[in-house]
Amino acid sequence: MISIKGQIKKASLKNLKAGQEVIYTGTILTARDQAHKKIAGVLASGGKAPVNLKDAVIYYCGPTPYGIKNTVGSAGPTTSSRMDDYTEPVLKAGAAALIGKGSRDGKISKLLRKYGAVYFVTIAGAGAYLAKKIKKVKVAAYKELGAEAVYEFQVEDFPLVVAIDSRGNDLYSGRG
Amino acid sequence: MRKINVRLVREAVKGLSLEANTVLRKDILGALKKAYKNKSEKRAKNILKILLENAGIAAREKRAICQDTGLPVVDLEIGQDVSFVGGDLNDAITQGVKDGYSAGYFRKSVVEDPITRKKINLLTPPVTYMKIVAGNKVRITVAPKGFGSENKSRIKMFKPTAAIEDIMDFIVETVKLAGPDACPPYVIGVGIGGTFDKAALLSKKALFLPVNSKSGDKAAARLQKAVFKNINKLNIGPMGLGGSATCLGVNILTAPTHIAGLPVSVNVSCHATRSAAKVI
Repeated sequence: MISIKGQIKKASLKNLKAGQEVIYTGTILTARDQAHKKIAGVLASGGKAPVNLKDAVIYYCGPTPYGIKNTVGSAGPTTSSRMDDYTEPVLKAGAAALIGKGSRDGKISKLLRKYGAVYFVTIAGAGAYLAKKIKKVKVAAYKELGAEAVYEFQVEDFPLVVAIDSRGNDLYSGRG
Repeated sequence: MRKINVRLVREAVKGLSLEANTVLRKDILGALKKAYKNKSEKRAKNILKILLENAGIAAREKRAICQDTGLPVVDLEIGQDVSFVGGDLNDAITQGVKDGYSAGYFRKSVVEDPITRKKINLLTPPVTYMKIVAGNKVRITVAPKGFGSENKSRIKMFKPTAAIEDIMDFIVETVKLAGPDACPPYVIGVGIGGTFDKAALLSKKALFLPVNSKSGDKAAARLQKAVFKNINKLNIGPMGLGGSATCLGVNILTAPTHIAGLPVSVNVSCHATRSAAKVI
């Protein structure tokens, strides 16, 4: 088990290998379908993303709220492959890591190698368990999208598995 | 006629929405525990343990088991001797879902316009099915169905001369295509026969039955066993990271069909297959 704490830098992810387990303490930004579409649109037209994507950790997640302010009730990953077509602009803008569930299109491992980023998976369907690792929550952008807004999470000991490393090795290729 | 005030339906739907989303079904919990006990692969075991822990946290702290609290499906079996009073039945169902989903802080996952994606952040409407049956009772099922697994579901219109092996291959292939994406270990609902739409509905309703309910149809029961075995040979495993726990169970429902056809629908569901039912 590898522990990563604090601000992630792309360079520090270089040694991670597909299949390794990681626990992460630090900042995560959520983005799923509609936020990706918007961010990709803004970047394509030469604009600026509404959040800083440099060395960002992007989590494909649309959380449920909870009765306690600034927390989430349930917050597991959504299917990553739906974000495949919007992934390059996010990586180009500097994202260091992506978190989701499931396999990716073949082009994603090439893109991760090109940009030196990593794709993690976390425990799909364990939304309540994962929500307990999320200590602080705030809306970072696109509030109008509700569950699909960009949220900033402060996480502690968030469990991850390296699914595709920065050399493009894919844990899921050839499986199933 | 037995008069039932729709207020009772609203309250029942509210309660079932809360229960289904926070308390994992006993049969599913049992199947997960069994997989955890029987499997020796270390990583698979660790993940199954977390899934069991997740169910415990959700029930104790009234959190949604999964953040995808679904497009809720509400199924009503209405006795023909029942007369609903006190308002509109459909409104009562919709309001019941809204009450339950608001009280549980469940996710607003419904979008009104499927094409333009306009009008988002809604809790309702649910997808509602109603069937008139004998008697004077109403059986209500609420099933929040996540879309990660819904997206992996498939239907095929087979030739009537197709072999049982062809059907088996189609079901197993559907799970293979879902791969690691739809939260394995899976629960698979299969509908065989009827029309295009009937087969799809049967595959959904198959998920409401306790996992691994033996089909009353002999051929279907044989198919059920073979499919279960073959899916678990796919080496998808929990989180898609390998292992023999790829499927918790397969349920098959059948219906008479046309001499020219053989519809087969596969509704893929996740390890958090959720539903709750009540009779009023």
